[in-house]
Amino acid sequence: MARIELIDVVKRFKGETVIPKLNLTIREGSFTVLVGPSGCGKSTTLRMIAGLERQTSGDIRIDGACVNDVEPGKRDVAMVFQNYALYPNMTVRGNIEFGLKNRGVPRPDRERLVRDICEIVGLTPHLDKKPHSLSGGQRQRVALARAMVKKPKVFILDEPLSNLDAKLRGQMRTELIELHRRLGATFVYVTHDQVEAMSMGDRIVVMNRGEVMQSAAPMELYNDPDNLFAAQFIGTPPMNVLPLSALPGLRTEGEGDPAFVGFRPEHARLAPESTELPRDGIVIAGEIATRESLGAEQVCKLRSDAGTFFVKSFLNPYSGGDFALAVVPCERLYFFDRDGSRLRRLRAVQPQLAAAGV
Amino acid sequence: MPAILNRLRPYAMIAPALVVFSLFYLYPIGYMIHLSFHDWNFISPVKTYVGLNNYREMLADDTFLQVLRNSALYTVMTVLLATGTALPLAIWLNRKSAFHAFVQGAIFSPHIISLVSISLLWSWLMDPEYGLLNGLLHLFGIGPLQWLNDPDTALISLVIVAVWKSLGYNTLVFIAGLQSIPPELLEAAALDRSKPWTTFRRLILPLLSPTLFFLVIINLIGSFQVFETIAIMTQGGPINSTNTLVYYIYEYGFRYFKIGYASAAGVILLFIVGALTLVYFRMLSRRVHYR
Repeated sequence: MARIELIDVVKRFKGETVIPKLNLTIREGSFTVLVGPSGCGKSTTLRMIAGLERQTSGDIRIDGACVNDVEPGKRDVAMVFQNYALYPNMTVRGNIEFGLKNRGVPRPDRERLVRDICEIVGLTPHLDKKPHSLSGGQRQRVALARAMVKKPKVFILDEPLSNLDAKLRGQMRTELIELHRRLGATFVYVTHDQVEAMSMGDRIVVMNRGEVMQSAAPMELYNDPDNLFAAQFIGTPPMNVLPLSALPGLRTEGEGDPAFVGFRPEHARLAPESTELPRDGIVIAGEIATRESLGAEQVCKLRSDAGTFFVKSFLNPYSGGDFALAVVPCERLYFFDRDGSRLRRLRAVQPQLAAAGV
Repeated sequence: MPAILNRLRPYAMIAPALVVFSLFYLYPIGYMIHLSFHDWNFISPVKTYVGLNNYREMLADDTFLQVLRNSALYTVMTVLLATGTALPLAIWLNRKSAFHAFVQGAIFSPHIISLVSISLLWSWLMDPEYGLLNGLLHLFGIGPLQWLNDPDTALISLVIVAVWKSLGYNTLVFIAGLQSIPPELLEAAALDRSKPWTTFRRLILPLLSPTLFFLVIINLIGSFQVFETIAIMTQGGPINSTNTLVYYIYEYGFRYFKIGYASAAGVILLFIVGALTLVYFRMLSRRVHYR
């Protein structure tokens, strides 16, 4: 178990600043997921923690000790690469025990460790095979075993599931969560897939352009986003954001100068045009452009004067006509200022019917 | 009818290549084997059948045995030096900087220069009286060496020229091999606390083995067929110390006009190179190519 701290870390590649200034603490024993669009600096951050990339300036501490000048092998960090990076000329056993050999672990201990690990990840029948004769999932397990056998304080995983098919990915997801619980080590996990982030992490760090947009627990991130970016990165479909000016009936009170209003697709409800309007929320009239039915849920895309948005309903799909009213309760509205920062001290006043017609 | 046409089509497609191959490879090889059983002086309309006499005579000839020994020695030294120096050079050059790119280009340039020019140039450099090499050695108080004029140093001098010429090509192929190793593998090794020498021995060298093998075979076959440098720089001398198989064939065929005898030597060369090629293809198919 180890706490990882990045203090004022800056990274430049050939004059291009990838990470302007990063301050981040990864709690010991946590399963922290770095998530963000490609090029947001999440992989670079990971590689700097592992020591594969050196920060231009700033400090990285593992367990309080500065590791700036510690080489990768001595940081007590194990990494699982996106393409597994297994040694193709070595057998499964050779791959797993390579790190142990380099540490001078005696042979009997090595054999016991390899046997135990392979028992856990289910590789025992494949110990003498070479990686090229294994399936994607098996290679993934070898990569995990190779990392686990060193009993590191920190596990670093760089998009480890992105090369697997959907079914296997789901399975490995739960296995990784269990593994984290069993090992108790600090996991740092990079992905661009927000579903993966939400389902696996107990701590999620949303990054954009080398900056941390928000660092929070999954549900906190979902319910209480700090800014537009975090709000729109999490959720499928993401939060609907409309300019406040497009909703003339909506009145607010409190601190701040709101420019955008947001709501989650699943918090809106669709009603036929003719229904009597509720008094506890805003109503946006729109035309249904598409309806996607996914079994238990239905996602409708609506076009309105205020802009395009999504509405998601569970178990009771909307079956009315193409024109519908979307109703969003006031307490489910989020307000953001011009720069995209969340305005937490602002709330909607019970409306005298805030509506935008078609 | 169309069924027959369909079956004939592939043969029609490869026919042009097959014609060229038969005319310029198969027929001459067959004719060479045929000639090796005859006595012929190139001009006379009469070819006398002599059976295995040419072979018997050749194997009894001390010069021929020395020629075989020379060829083998030359080949082994060239291959060892050419690949042995190219690998460290490739590791050093496998970096992205203007300087490294320049050196890469510079050491490759001999590969595109004609062997005749190279031979003349090196004859000059190795001249015992006024050559640059002896001049340089003189600065360190060594020399003067006789280079091509001494039976003890003539063969190794030719090896130096061959290594110099092939070094750039070999290095370039090694660099390509090194660059095909995914960088994550080396990163994984670093995280596994592998020391540089361990990484090289346990990871880089095995992954480079197909490249290494390719170069060894290519250099082997090429060295066995060495001709230009010998013809220009030593004419097989002094006292046959640099006389190798192809030069030997040339001398008997086109200077003494003993075509039958030269053809017999050619058949021997065919077998040696054929055997090496066979080994190459065998190993190639059995070799694991890590992907």
